[in-house]
Amino acid sequence: MLEIRNLHVEVGGKEILKGLTLSIPAGEVHAIMGPNGSGKSTLSYTLAGRDGYVVTSGDILYQGESIIGLLPEQRAAKGVFLALQYPIEIPGVTTMTFLRTALNAQRKARGEQLMDAAQFLRLVRAKGKTLNVNDEMLRRPLNAGFSGGEKKRAEILQMALFEPKFAVLDETDSGLDIDALKLVAEGVNALRGPDRAMLVITHYQRLLDYIVPDHVHVLAGGRIIKSGGRELALELEKSGYDDIIKAAA
Amino acid sequence: MAAVQETIDTVGTLQTDKYKYGFVTDIESDRAPKGLNEDTVRYISAAKGEPQWLLDWRLEAFRRWKEMHEPNWAKLRYPTIDFQDAYYYSAPRRKPKLNSLDEVDPDLLATYAKLGIPLGEQKLLANVAVDAVFDSVSVVTTFKEKLGEAGVIFCSFSEAVREHPELVRKYLGTVVPASDNFYATLNSAVFSDGSFVYIPPGVRCPMELSTYFRINAAETGQFERTLIIADRDSYVSYLEGCTAPQRDENQLHAAVVELVALDNAEIKYSTVQNWYPGDETGKGGIYNFVTKRGDCRGAHSKISWTQVETGSAITWKYPSCILRGDNSVGEFYSIAIANNYQQADTGTKMIHLGRNTRSRIVSKGISAGYAQNTYRGLVSVHPKAEGARNFTQCDSLLIGGHCGAHTVPYIESRNPTAKLEHEATTSKISEDQLFYATSRGIPAEEAIALIVNGFCRDVLQQLPMEFAVEAQKLVGISLEGSVG
Ligand SMILES: Nc1ncnc2c1ncn2[C@@H]1O[C@H](COP(=O)(O)OP(=O)(O)OP(=O)(O)O)[C@@H](O)[C@H]1O
Ligand SMILES: [Mg+2]
Repeated sequence: MLEIRNLHVEVGGKEILKGLTLSIPAGEVHAIMGPNGSGKSTLSYTLAGRDGYVVTSGDILYQGESIIGLLPEQRAAKGVFLALQYPIEIPGVTTMTFLRTALNAQRKARGEQLMDAAQFLRLVRAKGKTLNVNDEMLRRPLNAGFSGGEKKRAEILQMALFEPKFAVLDETDSGLDIDALKLVAEGVNALRGPDRAMLVITHYQRLLDYIVPDHVHVLAGGRIIKSGGRELALELEKSGYDDIIKAAA
Repeated sequence: MAAVQETIDTVGTLQTDKYKYGFVTDIESDRAPKGLNEDTVRYISAAKGEPQWLLDWRLEAFRRWKEMHEPNWAKLRYPTIDFQDAYYYSAPRRKPKLNSLDEVDPDLLATYAKLGIPLGEQKLLANVAVDAVFDSVSVVTTFKEKLGEAGVIFCSFSEAVREHPELVRKYLGTVVPASDNFYATLNSAVFSDGSFVYIPPGVRCPMELSTYFRINAAETGQFERTLIIADRDSYVSYLEGCTAPQRDENQLHAAVVELVALDNAEIKYSTVQNWYPGDETGKGGIYNFVTKRGDCRGAHSKISWTQVETGSAITWKYPSCILRGDNSVGEFYSIAIANNYQQADTGTKMIHLGRNTRSRIVSKGISAGYAQNTYRGLVSVHPKAEGARNFTQCDSLLIGGHCGAHTVPYIESRNPTAKLEHEATTSKISEDQLFYATSRGIPAEEAIALIVNGFCRDVLQQLPMEFAVEAQKLVGISLEGSVG
């Protein structure tokens, strides 16, 4: 599904990703852990196609094709989704309006039929219910004045609506209370399937109790320095990154 | 700001011909000789078969105008206007009087159809009566009979002078005196046509009234005059729309609108101004110098201005309310969008004269490209205006890094019981917001329109339903190729 080959990325003239290689087959969930500033969010922005994240060498293949030349909206239409570590406030635009505009923009790009207001309302209410997002929240401007946890839930609601083929969750668990964490995990697990893949970025192995990954990777210094199974997360939690980083050096 | 810049550039290349009203109608017309002198004023008055008193009124205005100077206090830059280098009257050549749409020149009907304003009987806009003004004259007014049954007078200004001289004489120049300001005085001398509305006591106008102004002829100024009188206990909602062909030269538009609301009457006046704004290098476009004022003459009367200003190279416009009657209410809701090299200096004046008068100002200014957008407002409370209240909210939104937003609020309070509140914000469409929206599949241009529409929501909601959707689209179109 996704293949990252020897990826080098510069931000503001500084190289942050320094030869990152990672392959995520369809049907799998991979987790990335790593110290602060190691380049995890840089990787997620690069996957989403954010401007200013310059790929200097290497490639990103999605469903067998390079996507590094595509705009963010083109990637979204192809089924790439990023739940942001820090979701952005859009004042004045209600959550409902934003989500419908986004879903219809994706559908339009794919040549699918647009959803009218009534159809959309039914859909968003149904998806919202499972995430504890009510009408009141849908009528508020997107993320504006939302609490940290509400913002994260709104991100997952978007994921549930768009049903992406490949989703990156950048620290979606940070700032969530334990009930919200379970809701989010349920939302993610509901989307798991043989033709979808996910990349979950987290600092806490606790999340991985709920979203059980097929593989765990350690990102440090702009590179994947170790990969393993579920148990790697437990090991990291116990002994930190130092030993692994030293061993890799 | 790399992404924003790129968006701008990409969109900029798509932009070339986005003003879809820029076409010219090839139609025979009669016009006054070029230039401006007493003879021009006499020509216009004679062409319209006006009575002596109106000619005298015009000539007096013209004499005053010659002694006046163009105001220069606004934050606007433009080359000196040569008032002798323009035509002041242009009328499509046609039969002297039209009794039905069948007699309207088919080219004119086609022009309005192209503008999205169907005048043909079968295709009339549901429940909206239209007065169509083409260059200097009113072409046709629809739904006259139905309005007549309710006692509502809705006709061209020229017709009102002929058919209802007593009303015109009683109210003309009583809100905006002939000597008011440079442009209003010029208008008083050379105004050509416009709309006239009278709502009799106790009548709620059964439909929306609207006027569509169209400048077609080259090198011709447009000076229309609108007079709306809402007698006691009456209500009317009126909408004005304007477009012009795309031309390289600048054209002058100096209109005057006077509103009078008597006891308990309410006038809701909405404008969707979409004059040609000039091209993306700042060439051409309409110079829009307009005086609009409403007089809440009666107790408990209300005048509400809503404007969506997207066009014109230069906008100089301050729709105002004189709150004379006790407990009267004035409102001003404005969206002013300036893109490319457009300049807008717009706002309002709320003059509180009566007791317990209330006013509310909500202004949303959006600047993009190299545009300059100024909100200029005055809230003035006179000594007798016991208990006056004003709430002002001025929000500016900047798109890109080369444009400017300015807020110039003047407050004069000469009554200690007055309560005046002012809030102002300036924000930017950020790179973060654009990335967020695009990563959700919304193309950058659509994202900007979405965010701007969200920003303007409070004002868009004030527009009559029939026009709100149109205005929302216009907001998007005006900002295409924006950001800079
Ligand atoms: N515009 C920029 N210019 C220069 N350096 C940048 C820029 N943006 C990010 N960086 C740097 O890149 C590095 C990686 O940042 P990134 O946000 O990817 O880390 P992270 O792994 O997500 O960290 P955290 O766990 O704290 O979220 C950091 O050192 C950061 O300061
Ligand atoms: Mg991060």
